[in-house]
Parts: sequence; structure tokens; C-alpha cells
Amino acid sequence: MSIDPITLAVLAGRMEQIADEMDATLFRAAFNPIIAEAHDASHGLYHATTGDTLVQGKSGLPIFVGVMSFAVKAVIDKAARDGDLGDGDIYIFNDAHLGGTHLSDMRLVRPYFHDGELFCYLASVGHWHDVGGAVPGNYNPAATDAFQEAFVLPPVKLARKGEIQEDIVDIVLRNTRLPQSARGDLNGQLGALDLGVKRLGALLAEYGAETVRAALDALSDRAEALMEAELQGLPDGRWEAEDFLDNDGIEDVALPIRVALEIRDNRMVLDFEGTAPRCAGPVNIALPTAVATAYVAIKHVFPMLPANAGVMRPIDVRIPEGSLLSAEFPAPTGGYTETILRMIDVIFCAMAKAAPERVVANAYGTINALSIAGKRSDGKPWVMFSFYGGGHGGSVESDGLNHGNAPISTATIPPMEILEAAYPVMFRHWALRPDSAGAGRHRGGLGAVYEIEVLEENGAEAFLFGERGRFAPKGVAGGAEGTMNVFAFEQEDGWARPPLASKIRGIKLAQGQSVRLETPGGGGYGPPAERDPGAVASDVAAGYLSDDEATRLYGPSWQEARA
Amino acid sequence: MSRMVGVDVGGTFTDVFVLDEAAGKASVAKVPTTRPDQSGGFLDGISREVSDKSELSVVVHGTTAGTNALLERKGARIGVITTAGLRDVLEMRRRDRPRTWGLRGDFDPVVPRALRLEVPERTLADGTIRTQVDLDAVRAAGQQLIDDGCLAVAVLFANAYANPENETRAVAALREIWPNAHVSASSEILPEIREFERFSTTALNAYLQPEVSGYLTRLDGALRDAGFGGEFMIVQSNGGVMPVDEASRMPIRTALSGPAAGVIAAGYIATSAGFPDVITGDMGGTSFDVSLIAGGETVLSPQTSIDFGMVVRSPMIEITTIGAGGGSIAWVDKGGLLNIGPESAGSTPGPVAYGQGNDRPTVTDANVVLGRIDPENPIGGKLERLDVKAACHAIETHVGEKLGLDLEQAAEAILRVANSRMAGAIRLVSIERGFDPKRFAFMPFGGGGALHAGAMLDDVGLGRALVPRYPGVTSALGCVIADMRQDFVQTVNAMLEGLDTTRLARVMQDHVDRGMALLDAAQTRFEARETGFALDMAYLGQTHTVSVPLPVTVENGTVIPPTETQIAEAFDATYREAYGRLLKDGVRRVMNLRSAVTGKRPKFDLTTLAPESGTVEAAQKGSRRVHFGNQWHDTAIYTRLALPVGAVIDGPAILEQPDTTVLIEPGLRGEVDRFGNTIITRVED
Repeated sequence: MSIDPITLAVLAGRMEQIADEMDATLFRAAFNPIIAEAHDASHGLYHATTGDTLVQGKSGLPIFVGVMSFAVKAVIDKAARDGDLGDGDIYIFNDAHLGGTHLSDMRLVRPYFHDGELFCYLASVGHWHDVGGAVPGNYNPAATDAFQEAFVLPPVKLARKGEIQEDIVDIVLRNTRLPQSARGDLNGQLGALDLGVKRLGALLAEYGAETVRAALDALSDRAEALMEAELQGLPDGRWEAEDFLDNDGIEDVALPIRVALEIRDNRMVLDFEGTAPRCAGPVNIALPTAVATAYVAIKHVFPMLPANAGVMRPIDVRIPEGSLLSAEFPAPTGGYTETILRMIDVIFCAMAKAAPERVVANAYGTINALSIAGKRSDGKPWVMFSFYGGGHGGSVESDGLNHGNAPISTATIPPMEILEAAYPVMFRHWALRPDSAGAGRHRGGLGAVYEIEVLEENGAEAFLFGERGRFAPKGVAGGAEGTMNVFAFEQEDGWARPPLASKIRGIKLAQGQSVRLETPGGGGYGPPAERDPGAVASDVAAGYLSDDEATRLYGPSWQEARA
Repeated sequence: MSRMVGVDVGGTFTDVFVLDEAAGKASVAKVPTTRPDQSGGFLDGISREVSDKSELSVVVHGTTAGTNALLERKGARIGVITTAGLRDVLEMRRRDRPRTWGLRGDFDPVVPRALRLEVPERTLADGTIRTQVDLDAVRAAGQQLIDDGCLAVAVLFANAYANPENETRAVAALREIWPNAHVSASSEILPEIREFERFSTTALNAYLQPEVSGYLTRLDGALRDAGFGGEFMIVQSNGGVMPVDEASRMPIRTALSGPAAGVIAAGYIATSAGFPDVITGDMGGTSFDVSLIAGGETVLSPQTSIDFGMVVRSPMIEITTIGAGGGSIAWVDKGGLLNIGPESAGSTPGPVAYGQGNDRPTVTDANVVLGRIDPENPIGGKLERLDVKAACHAIETHVGEKLGLDLEQAAEAILRVANSRMAGAIRLVSIERGFDPKRFAFMPFGGGGALHAGAMLDDVGLGRALVPRYPGVTSALGCVIADMRQDFVQTVNAMLEGLDTTRLARVMQDHVDRGMALLDAAQTRFEARETGFALDMAYLGQTHTVSVPLPVTVENGTVIPPTETQIAEAFDATYREAYGRLLKDGVRRVMNLRSAVTGKRPKFDLTTLAPESGTVEAAQKGSRRVHFGNQWHDTAIYTRLALPVGAVIDGPAILEQPDTTVLIEPGLRGEVDRFGNTIITRVED
């Protein structure tokens, strides 16, 4: 059936609202701050037979937009094999090779029946605080398989015909170090699904299933048309880009990530042929993650596009078999963030060759998962774990943002004072990193310097999972690259650096010793020679840029502009 | 000397509400806001209603001076003196970005890096001073900032919430050399953990001090010169009022002054009318602001962002804004979907019908085309008439032709999509607070909201809408009834087990003493004084706290502190309500103490506003064709203020007053209650 444009526009908003309300329900109810504060979660409505994303909430984590359809597809396949899909069933799993991202993300998928017929799926994903494995919080930089990262739960029925299977709950809660937190998050996710069922029921009662289905189809078609219109407006051609991961955390060998971006009329191909094969350490990702990452990159380039699968129809994402972008079970995937950030970087760089004004230069490109842990004098263990920020890339509009969050996330950093109040540490520095921005007509944003001293008399151990220690974030459209990530730690004989640049385990720190993390600045946009000398002079006045660097990067003309 | 005046200065109009309680009379005035100095419109507005200023006992002001200075970045040049190693906290924010998608945009903090100076000093999280503050360095930094032309200075030291000593010494040294009063320490403004939020609030306060205190002093002087001998007070973002000298010292507390007064008034009007659960919707030119009142109480949020990276942490009435105002532009995207906003024509150039240069259709244009707004008498009185033809043309060109709709269908489509978005905001606001929206009434205020009230009943399933008698001056009315209120905070950061309750009691007593001193100093008569205390608490390991109200009594100004057991019980009750269940063996932790001291100001009887006489027949001033659904209806037009109490008007009908149009759609009924409000409900069939 065709649908009138007014009903369509109203339904578009109403359905997006259902997903937004599901987000709001979980954020409010979740126990763990990764969901409650950093919003590392997502909800949506998915196609009954393909699992394609129909509608997704606006406030969840960007990477989930796209990856969730794989989680739903995994459930569809499972239900087809078992032949027992029923109204009131809810599936639960965290298997990253089936559902994308990493094992910390717990996925709940619920079929929605209308008048006895499967209408669509509702799903909820949230990052749990702990899901077992070798390292609390599940960031194990030296994992060589999934079992060392977390317990692995394939899709199983958490509820049958509306009855929660307490046996399954028991298994799940026995496999986490923080069962109370897990229970709270699970309840929150169930609550979000309940709300979605209620709201979708009301919507179907009001408009009729046929109209809503027609609207969903029309919205996907329109998203496809929007994407096609955008592609049509870009030049035809084929552009390549490559970048590297420093290493896999096990062996110090750089791992290439390559993309060829091809546009013909209203179609685009992203071909990652030439990317490194599956590696030993945890920078592998599963195929669903790779495809979803392409979506994140595309949505950053075209931010006004809606969040449904229609957007991706004109785009062919080709991931070579056997590469680290399609690693099979049980390859470790805990460090997936680093790999997908690099995928986004190369897509931006290739796109910049086609249409530079549509992209920003590369952001800092690593989440720098740093943990410092030890025992207090009363024997109680403590673990301080956080991700750290860096500079964003310059764009045609402006300089890059200083100290931003990663493109795959919207999470904020905890306040220094909260960390100091909770753990025996003191930040000597929490500051911008001068001379870290990539030069350009619009320079990159500055990275940051965090220097953290251990106050505990028993000392502490430090672990870092980072990247960009060997390859700096690139500029676009003639802009220069930012600076690399630099990590150092204090020992008796002075400052030392990790052999693998930005990945290290078990550094021993005595009381009074520090670690120092200097994060990358973003890449520049446009040739540095085109930068307004007045802007260079004010960067020097602010101390963003030293005199020498200013002259080296931009020539001497800025000195005349100095007020 | 019995008249009270509320003055709300908005972006376009300055509204004045005058209450003569003895005579049982109220009057309103609306004059254009003057810029950049708002005091011209302020005094002009009062003079319209009151010639002899000595007759005034109280003047209360809801101001956007602070908001505008923040949004337009027109505060003073100020400096910051901070802990060595932490110079960039203000600029680094909490590592966020302006928009989720697109990665574009940068950020300039209100204090440029060159004016943020570091000095040797360090306090640890437990309050231990690791490095004594270097006062010579502080004085040198202060002198450098003076030489650089700074008009205010903020001292921002790490962990000053735990021990303010280094800050206090630094500020004392600075006050000796600083040429004016604008020297502040973060521990004075907000002794609460979280350095970015504390530094930002303190720096933004300093940024506003020279400007806002200058403005308020000018106003105060002008009022006094005109013979005013009463009390001059300012509305805070928390919905309470404060004396003008306090506002000059704490201008950041006025950041949401105007809208807060509106919500306060809405709560009072709705509760008086028998609807303590109400969701307000203020529709302006560019936005629709939603706020929730449950059980007559407004919801306070602990902080807000005025703009990207400009965080203010002090209790504020929670207001959620979406970009769907009268000026929001309707457009069809490349996929053929109709969208409203986020682009807006605002009030200048405004809708196409204003004829001021915009040619893209807006929500207001749709209302004009469908006959819902009288083109011959535009509200606000700024324009002579509206250009209906231009509005029709814009809607046909930009929406109708692209969607294959005729003119009326296209205009209806714009309204349905806009209404659906506003309804979405209402649903989300209530769900985020854990309420079912259906139990609430909708209360539109501002100029445009009452055109959309019926649609909210339909879209959200609300039972009724309540249009206050003077929706266009709600904020000014709120000024007259707002209580005097001071909020205090102190970070405690300790486990509940073994909590030093004596020390806690001392801080509570200090908060009460300071709050009561302000009430004592006020000339205003208070009906009652109230104190309220809450602890931000959580289980150890949880960063999200819940606000736990404490059972504390204050006898003759002396705080009787709660015991550890009482606090534990209060926490368990609150936590269970928020999360359904307690955490077995969880360790309870106390993060912050929040205290509020309130002086209840006498409320006036809202029947003062009610119409005294009149008949429905006499109030009908004619009729015109108005489009609803898919056809034109001959629709009765009434002069709203002439309708008597008890009047019942079945839709379709339009009630007009100088600054508002109330739409009663077919199937709905409007009834004038005893306060002069219009209650809109469905006609029972």
C-alpha cells in the first residue's frame, strides 16, 4: 500500500520516539555508569525477516547504529534453526562474532507479534561493567582468544512466552564479578523492551499494522533515495587510502588498513582489500563490526541521513575474508575500538580525495584505555580505569575541537577530582598538549597531557591499551598530520617508554612515581600556507604553538601579524 | 504602598504585571524590549501602569541580561588563576563534542588561554595541603591580569571543595590589589566536587559580574531616583527570588531567570485551578520549552549547559527545549520527507507572513494560511497586518508542490508534523522522570502555545489543557509570587558508616544561618520559613547519585541533625523508589549535602484576575473561515477577556486576546473557570 506524506512524516517521528523512549528508560534504570552516564547502549526496531535496522534511538552510542541489525540477524538464524520462535520470547547474548563490537555488550532481542504474526524485532544493547574473563572490566591487551576476554554467551532464550528463565539468569550472574550491577542493567534492558512493546502496540492500534509497515518500508526507501542523491552529487572515481595500526599487542609489526572508495553515479563501494590478515592479539574485529563501522563513517560524512538500513543499500562494503576485519571465533576482539577508529580514518582520507569539504581530518584515533591498579594498605584492591581524549580534525568550517571524545562514542571523561577522591592518585597535569595539532588552513584540535602520580605507599601497576604511537593522525586536503601518542612511565632510573609504543601490561610504579600520557592532536584541513597569519599569531599567544613550531609549520609571516 | 510589580524582560517584549492587593486588582502591560540596555523598556513598562513609584512595595525582575551575555559572549574580559598543571580544565571540558554526528565545530572558552595563569599550590582529595599556595605568585599573576585589562578574576584550585584554605588565602591576597569587588573563589561559589563544573560555574559567574551588577545597579538607581523606596529583587534559575545585591554577587544564578518565573507561575495557576500535575509548553519564535510540574512541585535539575561547553551547576528549574517554534522552517528533504526545523526564521526576519524578507514557510505561516491567526490583527502589535498571500505561496512552493498536496493539505501537514514533535517532547520529558504523561494537564504559555493545545490532547492523550488568563505575561506574574530561596551545597565525600554527623550538622547549621540572614535582611513579609536538606548518595562504586531528602527539623533556627540510622533509612527508601530494589551488602556513600532555605511569600488570590461580568454573546466579535482537518469551518471568534466566568464555548472557535490566540478545535470545548483560565476538554459524546 502507498502511504500519504503527512502520515509518513508523523509516523517517522513517532517511531523514532519509541526508540528514544527505550533509550531514556534504560539510562534511567541502569546501575552501571557506563550505561547510565556514558550512554554506552542503544535501542531500535528491526525488520522481521532481514533484521535490517528500521528505526534507531538518537541518544545511544554511534557504533551501535548498524551493528544491531547483525545481532537481530543472529537471533533470526537461531530461531529458524530451532523452529520455536514464540510471542513473549526474549533472546540474550554477548557473542561479538555474531553480534559485533565486543563481549562487554549484552544484547537482548525480542520478537514482536501483532495479531499472531511476527511484525518486527525490538532490541536493546548495553555495555555491562564486567562479564568475566581474565581482566576486570574486560580490557585485556594481551588476550589471544575470546575466552581470555570474557565468558561467551551465544543467543539463548532468556524468556519463553513471557516467562523469564531463571536458570539462564543464574548462569549469566555467576559469570560476572559484579552480579548486582549486571542484574540492575538486565532489569533496565528488560524494562526498555517492555516499554517498546507497549508503545509499538499503541502505535499499531492507532494506525493499523498495514499502515505502519508501509511507513517503515517507505522510510527505508526514502533513506536510500537520500543516500543516492548525496552520492549523485559527488564526482565519479576511485580513491584509495591506507593507514596502519602500530601492532597487535603481541608482536611489534605494523598492520595495514586499506580502503578503495569508488563512486559511480549513485552507488559507492568501500573495498578493504589489502588490509592485514587476522592477527594474534585483540585488535581483530568481527565482520558485523566492520560493516557497522562503515555506516558510522558514512553518517559522520552525511550527518543528516536517518538511522535506518536504507542508507546503506547504495553502498557495497567489501571486507576480505581472513583479514583482521572479519576475524572468526574465537579470535580476540577486545580492542575493537582501535581498529574501527582506523577504518573511519581511512574512509575519511579516501573521501577527502573525492570531496574534501565533506569530511573532517583524522581525529586522535585511539581511546587509550589506561588502568592503574594496586592494593591499599588495608589490603583492599583498587582499579582506576578510564579512556582519555585527544584532538579532533580540522574541517572546511573551523579548526578541530581541542580534547574531544572518539568518533565512535559520545562518552565523557570522569572528572579528575572524582578519580582523585576514589583512588590513591594525583594528576600533576590535566592539560592541553601544545604543538600537537596538525597544521593546516584550519588546524587540528590539540591533544592532551595527563600525568598521574601514585600516592599509595604500596605502589601500583599500570596497563595501557592504546594506538597511534607509530603513525600520526592524518590531515586532509593538504593539511598536515597531528602528533603521535606518547606514553612514558617513571622508574628509578628516569622515564621509560613501552617497547610496543602504546600497549603495555604490568608496569610497576612506586609511591611518588607517575605515568604520563600525551595524546595525539587532530590532523589539519587545507594547506598550512593558507592559514591566516593572524590565527597563527593568536595560537602562539595562547601557547597552543611554540614560536619555533609556528615558523617551521607556517613560515615566518605570522610574526608580522603579532599584535 | 501596597502595589507589587513583576517585570519580565524577554528577547522581544518586556512584560509588566502589577498587583494591587488591597484593591484586589491586577493589570498588565507589554512594551518593546530595549537593547542593549534593557533598563529603558523596564522603566517604561512600569510607568505605563504606575506613575508614582513610591506606591510600590516590591519590584521583582525576571531577567535575560545574564543569559544573553552568555549566549552572545558579551561578558567581561576576565582572568583565571589556577593550580599548576590545570590551566586548561575550562577549555578541555568533560571531553565531549558539540554534536554526535559530523565531528565539526570547535570551542572557545570565555577566558582565553593567555588569561589563565598557573600558580604553585596543591590540595589533595582528602583535604590535605600538599603544596602551600605561593602568595607572591598569586599577587604577580593578579597584577598581570590587571595589566591585561581584566575586570574580574576567578581563583580555581583543585579539590578546593575539600579544603578551601589555599583558595581563601589566594583570594585574600588578591582582594588587596584588585581594583573592584569582582574577585571570587570556586569554593565560595560552589563547594562541590567535579572540577570542570565548579570552575566553569565560577568563571561564568565572574564573566557576568561586571555586566550584570552594572545593569542591576543602574536599574536600582533609576527606580530609587523615581521615588521607589521598596524592595528590588531578582528571580533566580531555581524559581526563587534573591535581593539585588546578592544577584550582583551571584549573577550566574540568573541564567534561566525569565523562564523559571514562568514555570513558577504555571505551577501556582495550575494548582489553584485544581490540576497539580501539569506540563507547561512555552512556544516562542525558535523553540518549544517544556517543563514538568508534579504535585504542584517543579522539577529542579542540578546543572545545565547554556551552550556547548558552558556548564552552569546550580539548581535550576528543568526546562527541555526542542527546535519547534513558530518560526521553525518547514522543508522537504531529498528523500521526499517533510521536516520542521531545526532551521528557524526566528522573530526577525520571522515567518513569511511578516513580510520581512524570509521566503521559506514556517509553522506560523501554516497557522496563518489555515485562518487560525487573524491576519488583520497580528499579536504583539508590532506589525500592521500579515501577508497571507506570501505565506500561501511559500507553502505551495516549498511543501505542496514537492509532496503533491494542495495548499490546505500542505499547511495541515506542517502543523501535524510540528505538533507531533512537540508531543514527542512532552512524552519524553515525563518518561525520563518516570511519569505517565496521561495524568498531566497541558498548560501552554507564551504567545503561540495556545494554538496547539488541542493537538497536544490528541497526540499525547492528555485529558485537558489549561490556558491561563494572561499566557503572554506568565513570567511577569511568576515574579510576583515566587518565594525567596537560597540553595547551598557542600561536598562531604564519606562513607555513611562512621559518618561524622557532628561535622555534617555544623555545615547544615552554617547553611541555615546564611539563608536565614538573607531572609532577615529582606524587607518582604514572609508567611513561613522553610528549610530542606538532601544528601546526594550512592552505593560505593556507583557514580550516579540519588537525591535523598533528610528528615531534619530546625527548632528556633537550630538544626537537629539526623542520625546515621535515619540517613540509612532515608537512603534505602529513596533508592528503592528509584531502582526497585536495594543492593545487598552495598556500602552507602554520601557525596554532597544540599540545603535550601525558603521564605514563603504571600500568594495573591488568583480570582483577582477573573472577569467581573460579561456575556458570551457580547464577547463574540464575529466569525471567519478556519481550516480544520480536511475542510473549512465557519468559526466563531471571541474576545477572550470579555468572556464571563462559566462561559462554555464548543469548537470550532477562536478566542483572541492582544498577545495570544486560543484555538478550540471541533470536538473540543473551552470553559472559563473562576480564575479566568480557559479549560479545554473533549466534548463527551
